Amino acid sequence: MWTLFHKFGSPPWLYRLSGSILRWLLPLTLLALVAGAVWGLLFTPPDFRQGNSYRIIYIHVPAAVVALAGYYVMAIAGAISLIWRMKMADVAMRATAPVGAALTFVALVTGSIWGKPTWGTWWVWDARITSMLILLFLYLGVIALYEAYENKALAAKACAVLSLVGTVNIPIIYKSVDWWYSLHQPASIKFTGGTTIDPSMLYPLLWMIVAFYALFTCCLLLNMRAEILERESRTAWVRRLAAGE
Amino acid sequence: MYFESLSAALTMDGHGAFVWSAYAITAVVLVGMLVAPWRRQRRTLRQLTGLLKREAGQPPPRDRSREV
Amino acid sequence: MHPVRRQRLFLVLFIVLVSTVAISLVAYALRGNINLFYPPVEVAQGKAPVGQKIRVGGMVVEGSVQRSADSLEVRFEVTDYEATVPVVYTGILPDLFDEGQGAVAAGKLDEQGVLQASEVLAKHDENYMPPEVAEALEASKQRRMEAGQ
Repeated sequence: MWTLFHKFGSPPWLYRLSGSILRWLLPLTLLALVAGAVWGLLFTPPDFRQGNSYRIIYIHVPAAVVALAGYYVMAIAGAISLIWRMKMADVAMRATAPVGAALTFVALVTGSIWGKPTWGTWWVWDARITSMLILLFLYLGVIALYEAYENKALAAKACAVLSLVGTVNIPIIYKSVDWWYSLHQPASIKFTGGTTIDPSMLYPLLWMIVAFYALFTCCLLLNMRAEILERESRTAWVRRLAAGE
Repeated sequence: MYFESLSAALTMDGHGAFVWSAYAITAVVLVGMLVAPWRRQRRTLRQLTGLLKREAGQPPPRDRSREV
Repeated sequence: MHPVRRQRLFLVLFIVLVSTVAISLVAYALRGNINLFYPPVEVAQGKAPVGQKIRVGGMVVEGSVQRSADSLEVRFEVTDYEATVPVVYTGILPDLFDEGQGAVAAGKLDEQGVLQASEVLAKHDENYMPPEVAEALEASKQRRMEAGQ
């Protein structure tokens, strides 16, 4: 198992592996996203209370869920970078940050648009929304912190530490609606049974959550490939790649 | 489809503007997330190809990405 | 595990642990302030300041909504089933505002314990279902209530 783990430290191996994964994953992801969006927009019933505005759930929840999970990917990559000093872990950590930031942004904006016709406001400083905003700042912070250092090895270390410090925010976001009085309602998908969303609405939602996880993976691999090419542009294997173009 | 017509699907009983703008913004961001790294990779490879051609004593290839 | 790497692993765990504890302590200390609204029972216990901008949230009491005939003034009550707070608001209420549903009102508590609201937001729960399912649920609830009499 350790040999596999250390294979991840090889840029050409990662580049080839990500290429072969993306070849089928990317078209599948795009198809799944479009199909899921059409399903949620046009082929699900309206909600008994919210009417058609609830359809935003099919992009708001998947974006939020994957933004949370993605943060752990970034933090774990940072930990691996700190412990094993693996450059490819730095690459993975850097690759996650903009993807996580974009998804958090989507969650906040779609949530805001959803809030206006339902709650009656574009924004409110409740625990869930505020902690999601903090998540966005953490992602942006990792991106900015890397640029702030001339010494890139030091920059990667600083970003890893910031990622690790922010990990407590994820359970806070998740439990915020249970721990504090908030406007945002509790979870509809409950892991201990008693899910409170109708099956006709649950299935397209689960579909979109999976599609967004796939999207995250695609973007992560695409970002890593671009970074690997830049870092390794002077090596023989990259030159062979460019010459073969 | 749960809507009687395409125009009903657009207005969504008054919620259409909210729903469609949320989906539109999301689509734009998602496309951006996929296109940005792809363009970055292409730029790196193009620069490298130019460098290789110059080292081999040939003029670099035309930048075809700017052609219509 | 390689001894140097084990040392770094402990460092990583230390960073996570210390930051978690530190931030948790701050969150715990600020727990009152992080609450978006006062529940009615705390208002009744006098824990909510008078004359300051606060939020009170709860369920809108059935039959408590009174709309003025010649203005946008509305009076209603919110409850958490332990206490009730009267609210008065002038303006348009959100679409989802209704009796028996959740609401959060922002404003100042006056001397009589009435919240002079400047903003009323509707709070909805985590239930999502099509209208037919909701109607069927309501119908079976009615049948059970009638059978129980």
